[in-house]
This record gives sequence, C-alpha cells and structure tokens, in this order.
Amino acid sequence: MKRRDFISRTAAASTMVGLTGLGLNSCSSLGDKHITILHTNDVHSHIDPFPSSHGRYANLGGVARRASLVAQIRNENPNTLLFDAGDIFQGTPYFNFYGGELEFKLMSKLKYDAATIGNHDFDNGVDGLLAQIPNGTFDLLSANYDFSNTVLDGFVKPYHIYQLDGIKIGVYGLGIALDGLVTKRLYKETVYLNPFEIALDQERKLKEEENCDLIVCLSHLGYDYENPQRPSDIKLAQSTYHTNLIIGGHTHTFLDKPEVRTNLNGDSVLVNQVGAFGLNLGRVDFYFDAEKKVSGDGVSISV
Amino acid sequence: MSILNFKQIVLFATIGLLASCQPKDQHLSKIDGKLLPIDSTLTQVDSIVSFVSPFRNRINQILDSTLAIAPEDINLDDGPRNTSMGNFMADVILEETRPVFLKQTGKELDFVVMNRGGIRSIISAGKVTARHAFEVMPFENYIAVVELDGAAMRKLISFLINSSRIHAIAGMQIVLDRSGHLESVNINGSPFDENRTYHVATSDYLVQGGPSIGFFDEIVSVHDTQYLVRNAIIDHLKKIDTVTAQVDDRFIQKN
Repeated sequence: MKRRDFISRTAAASTMVGLTGLGLNSCSSLGDKHITILHTNDVHSHIDPFPSSHGRYANLGGVARRASLVAQIRNENPNTLLFDAGDIFQGTPYFNFYGGELEFKLMSKLKYDAATIGNHDFDNGVDGLLAQIPNGTFDLLSANYDFSNTVLDGFVKPYHIYQLDGIKIGVYGLGIALDGLVTKRLYKETVYLNPFEIALDQERKLKEEENCDLIVCLSHLGYDYENPQRPSDIKLAQSTYHTNLIIGGHTHTFLDKPEVRTNLNGDSVLVNQVGAFGLNLGRVDFYFDAEKKVSGDGVSISV
Repeated sequence: MSILNFKQIVLFATIGLLASCQPKDQHLSKIDGKLLPIDSTLTQVDSIVSFVSPFRNRINQILDSTLAIAPEDINLDDGPRNTSMGNFMADVILEETRPVFLKQTGKELDFVVMNRGGIRSIISAGKVTARHAFEVMPFENYIAVVELDGAAMRKLISFLINSSRIHAIAGMQIVLDRSGHLESVNINGSPFDENRTYHVATSDYLVQGGPSIGFFDEIVSVHDTQYLVRNAIIDHLKKIDTVTAQVDDRFIQKN
C-alpha cells in the first residue's frame, strides 16, 4: 500500500468514526454495526518467527505476535471473528513431531472461530486429523468434502452461523480436489463434490433459510489458475449470488488488499488471501447501517 | 475512490441515520480490507511463548545433535544429468532399503528412482543433523518398492531421459549418445533385460500419483516398506561420519 493512500484512508476512517458517534448520540435505539473478520491461510505449522538468517522472511511471522495483534483488534472491536482457510499442517518439525497438536491448541488459544480443511491437513490421514480435533475449540467447516464413509463423519460441518451484535454471519467451507494432490491412503473414502454447485446450495441456504446478513466462504481452492476449467476463488466469486467474502488459500497468494469481483447479482464480492506461513493477518471490516433496502447498492468498498 | 467521494458517502450515510430512527433491516454500507504484517513491532504474548518453548526445546535437542560432517556442499544443480544431492539421496535409499526389502520379501532390490521435486533442500558444508533430513524431506512419504515389467521399464527410462528435471537414480546407469539417443542401460550391474521384471524403490508419492505424473505406467506389484524416506536418511547419517556425494557417470550423455 502506498503511504499516501494509507494516511488519507486513516483520515477518512477517523471522519467516519466521528460522524458515527454523532449518529449514535442522536438516536440511541439505533446505531451502525461493525463486524471485523480476521484471517490466515496456509500457516503450514509455522509457529515461530522465521530466523534472522532467513533469505526472504527474516524475523517475520510467529504465532505469539499474531496473538497480540488479534487480542488488540478484539479489544477495539469485540465483534470480531477469526478464520483460517486451510493447510494448517505440514512445514516445520512441530508437525512431524507432534502431528498438529500445537497448531490446534494454539489456534484455540487465539480463539479462532473456524477453519476449513486444506490438502495438507490430510498429511497424517483422516485419522491424523481426527486425532487433533479434541485439541481444537474452533469449527472445522467443509461443505464439499463428504466424510460420511470416513472417521471424520460428524466432526466436520458444512457451515456455521455466528451471531454478533445482532448480525448473522453465515460461514461455509470449500476444499480442493484431492485426487492427484493427496494420496488416497490418506484421504480414504472422502468424496470431493463440485465446489461451485455446493457453494450455490450453501449460500442459498444461508441467505434464504437462515437470513444471514453476511456470507463468508473459507476456501482452499486456490486464488486463480490459467486453466479456466480449474475451480478457483476468482471463478467462485463470479459464479455465486450471495457470498460477500471469499477467504482463500492453497496458492500462497500475497494480496495487499482484497480483490473485488462482481457476482451473478451484479454485486461486489471480496476475495482475499494473505500469502502463507503466518506472515500476515488479513482484516476485513464490514459496517452496517439500518436502512430498509438490503441490496448491495451503495456499498462503499475501500480496499 | 477519491477521498472526497468517500467523505460524501459517509456524510450521506450519517444523514440517513439521523433522519430515521425506527429499527430496520441491516444494510451493508461500507467494507474496508487490509493486510496486517506480523513483524517484530508486535509484542509476543507471554503465555503463548511459554506454551511453545518446551516443545521447541525438545525438538531442537533431537534435531540439532550432529550426526555427520559434510566437507563440501552437496548440490542439486552441479551436473547436467545427475547431481551430487540427487545421487546422495538415491544412494541412501538404495543402501537402506535393500536389506529391509530382502528381509520383508526375500527379494532383491534392483534400483532406485526418486523425483527431483521430492528433494526439497541441499546439504551445506558443515555439521549435518537430523534437521537437514527434515529440510530435505519434509513430507511423510514412505519408501515403496514397485515391480515393473519390460514395457513399463522402457517407459520409465524414456521418461527419465525426456524429463526437463533431473530425477535421482541409483543402481542404474543410463548412457546417451552424442545426439541424446539411448545407447545403453545397466541395472544392478547387468544390461537391461526386457524379458524380466525389476524391483525399483521409490517414494510412495510417485506410486499414488499414478501414470499421469509420468514415472510408473503399468505396475506389476507394489510393496509398502512402511519405512519413511526421512528415516532412511537419518538412519544413514547415524551410520556414517562424513557425508560426501559426487556427480558421476550413472546418467550421462557422451560428447
């Protein structure tokens, strides 16, 4: 981000806060609502910061630092959710030695709300993932993996609804095709279902049956591919009606800011991904006011 | 969006708020997104640091004890058709798997093929520890022994010759003539015989990947050794004092 943009944006944000304060004072029964969504992806067992000798990421990352940033943001806005878009496992000896125990326990200490399942989360098999579930206090969400004939049956939900300050936030998970990426011995009888069909079904349910105000997809499909046949977050954004935010993973894509695409209703969808290895935390703030119309018209997106 | 427009929208939204005071449906009015780097300006949460440290200490104790010494760097780019690191890896798999396979099946292992992409790091000159084995092989891949017939062997050899990457082999010699055509193949000391089957040790990743990833077409049988590739490297490092590996004549093109 350019420094100038950052300063002007900060000034604008301050203006917003000031005016909102006025609005609240003058009308106590009603006020703007603010939901903060924080996210990581492809942390790959990177618990410690990179060493100072590292060629690319010297002194960056580290879960103890991420913890303080998350706590600070939660302190500023209690209506905050924290998500992960998969590939929690594999990449440092912490995983090889302890099988993901630390990763799940630490995510619980940081009060992650939900994560989806990446291909590397199968690296110790469906049994290895099951073994870590008791160490996690967050939801595992995946709508397009059918685990009915595996030990994970009943431990993974397609979606979950979080209610914060009267705002209903529906979150569903999507995973990548496993064949050719993960050995069958590991994923066993897990069935991969078409992510686009499942996404349409999930978002319809969340919008029309559950009346969610905000719909978030945690995706491990990958950001964008040259092959147009390959499911990606960019394609997903353009193939759905109600999803507001796609939090992606798998391709280790570093985006400075969320990418904005137009969905089938002509509304804006945000696609975000924050690289890998816990080097960054993504932050998306949603502000609601209490107008009658619920369409996306007039949404100001400053990314 | 220019800052002026932004302020106007904020202003309109605020006027709207002031004007109407009945509880109404939620309307999404503004979205703001940013990337927050995790760097040394952030303080570390003490309880997290103290939770992780016993795990880290235990891992470091195991990983950082010296197993052997490498007098020179062992690299992945020091030869046109074979490399010192690839040769080290394939030789280790051959040496460590041969007795295991014989004990498990009573059969003789003929040669080794490992994919270049499965060798994730070089070994730098100096102390060699178990940590290097984790860097070279971070994945939980097991050694599998695949039985191939003559036709599948021919396809494997062609694949190795035509691949843009230098895959690692041991127990096998491939010689190409000046123009890059196959001149001879020796396996386990004898010329390639198309009328028999061969047992090749490899990473189970290549077996599970199926014919589409190139290496193994029709497989006669597969034996799972239950032996992790990484553990074979660690077992080997424990037996030796000095780690050396050279580019040699196992895969060459005459000039």
